[in-house]
Amino acid sequence: MAEINRDDVAHLARLAHIDMNDDELDRMAGELAVIVDSIKSVSEVAGDDVPATSHPIPLSNVFREDVVGETLSNEEALLGAPDNADGRFKVPAILDGE
Amino acid sequence: MTAVTDEVLTFDEAMEKYDPVLGFEVHVELNTKTKMFSSAPNAFGDVPNTNVTPVDLGLPGVLPVVNGVAVESAIKIGLALNCRIAEKCYFARKNYFYPDTPKNFQTSQFEDPIAYDGHIDIELADGTVFRVEIERAHMEEDAGKLTHMGGSTGRIQGAEFSLVDYNRAGVPLIEIVTKPIVGAGSRAPELAKAYVAAIREIVKNLGVSDARMERGNVRCDANVSLKPKGQEKFGTRTETKNVNSLRAVEHAVTYEIQRHAAVLDSGTPILQETRHWHEDTRSTTSGRPKSDADDYRYFPEPDLVPVVTNEAWIEKLRAELPEPPAERRKRLQADWGYSDAEFRDVVNAGVMSSIEDTVAAGVSAAVARKWWMGEISRRAKLADVEPAELGVTPELIVELNALIESGKINDKLSRDVLDGVLAGEGTPAEVVEKRGLAVVSDDGPLLEAIDGALAAQPDVAEKIRGGKIQAVGAIVGGVMKATRGQADAGRVRELILQRLGVEG
Repeated sequence: MAEINRDDVAHLARLAHIDMNDDELDRMAGELAVIVDSIKSVSEVAGDDVPATSHPIPLSNVFREDVVGETLSNEEALLGAPDNADGRFKVPAILDGE
Repeated sequence: MTAVTDEVLTFDEAMEKYDPVLGFEVHVELNTKTKMFSSAPNAFGDVPNTNVTPVDLGLPGVLPVVNGVAVESAIKIGLALNCRIAEKCYFARKNYFYPDTPKNFQTSQFEDPIAYDGHIDIELADGTVFRVEIERAHMEEDAGKLTHMGGSTGRIQGAEFSLVDYNRAGVPLIEIVTKPIVGAGSRAPELAKAYVAAIREIVKNLGVSDARMERGNVRCDANVSLKPKGQEKFGTRTETKNVNSLRAVEHAVTYEIQRHAAVLDSGTPILQETRHWHEDTRSTTSGRPKSDADDYRYFPEPDLVPVVTNEAWIEKLRAELPEPPAERRKRLQADWGYSDAEFRDVVNAGVMSSIEDTVAAGVSAAVARKWWMGEISRRAKLADVEPAELGVTPELIVELNALIESGKINDKLSRDVLDGVLAGEGTPAEVVEKRGLAVVSDDGPLLEAIDGALAAQPDVAEKIRGGKIQAVGAIVGGVMKATRGQADAGRVRELILQRLGVEG
């Protein structure tokens, strides 16, 4: 059974707000299936005694002191914004008009 | 937007047929100096988009670093909620697109919250104790603040555009999630309010949050479902978002119970969805449909390493916990010997801590209560402030009380002395001196006033001579009036009876 099918890709594309046409969905489903299969071979090597690893480097508890540091100015914060008003980021209507 | 008024049953009708099941997600903003993952200030009310760093704005290439104090605060909350603390836990990305989250994901925790499996005992107004089980408490970050512009109501519906302030983005949040709460019956709304009040009190007492609901420091999402009486299986739930005052929590739960009952009675299934609470109409409206399949594609945050706890660390934090609020109340009531009603009034008046400080400063619990529940509460009500905000210190009460007990002033004069002290005229003793408020204790002027009062009311004097001793009050009143309240009423009474040759 293929781990990734065309519907999965379409679903993920929708969630990620990526427009994909039929050809792209087909191609991507094939490519992702290959990648998933390749990675699956790792599970064959790792036995039951190897837990799933999200962080390969054995580090923990990297904390920061609770001390205020430098911040951006309002102007700097808004520099990359496509639009702004009243010192705030201006974004299009979130709900389509009903 | 078309306003749809939902059908509702009366609360009593709903309760006859259905049992409510509740569940709460309470978000607590921590009062750390900086944010959860950046060193930007965690502050309310500043100029928009100034308490931000590239991390808070989700700019490319930035790396978050965890605020150690926030982690300790999270553990303290977990301990105060009788939770187990995870030996190892991770942060996770919760992915979604919404303009209040500039990174397009919220850094949260998913499978392994820092605290889990706890409980708190909630005491209702009549003393009934109800245990609420805590599923988990996890660390995450707050979102930015959206202001919807162009619509008529400031609501998201009908808005032309929205403005975003990211000062709040990244503020440390602890989300506390209950297990389903079953069996509250008709007390569900009361329990809902009491639960949120208890969480607020606990985090405030821990000192980890300012816990001001009007500022959004404590926010509640209330889940409600109904099941027909006798049925085990839970009904479909709705989640009413951002119910942000204690009264609103009570009202929202009441409303949703009534609405669910009407929907179920009509034979339609409940739609699993989020609901928006409207304070003005005290009702909810439909938000976006929600399903358990909400696909946030959580995955472990690769930029943050795990948090690993150990017993020594946890026990050190446990040792730092203050006495739990409920236990403190029990202890203080027992120490002070107040009746249940007296103590409840003290708590409701918000003067429990003030009384505690005043007793510690050296007066009896009865005297402390007399002041805080009497004169000080009266003044606070007039000024429309909290009693503790009037500037009356425990030391001041001790001094006033000492003046009363030594007979220098009486209760009535002590109010004038308090006036003087609050007006900045000096210590109580100085005010007594300056305003000439001392009780007249020299018998000379008193006798003069007594003779005057007896002469003014000869018929009363006659009655007293004839044995009607209770009539003496009228003469005492006359004397007090003549001395402008500065006489010791007890002494006046004695002298009057002596004067008339009657045995008191």
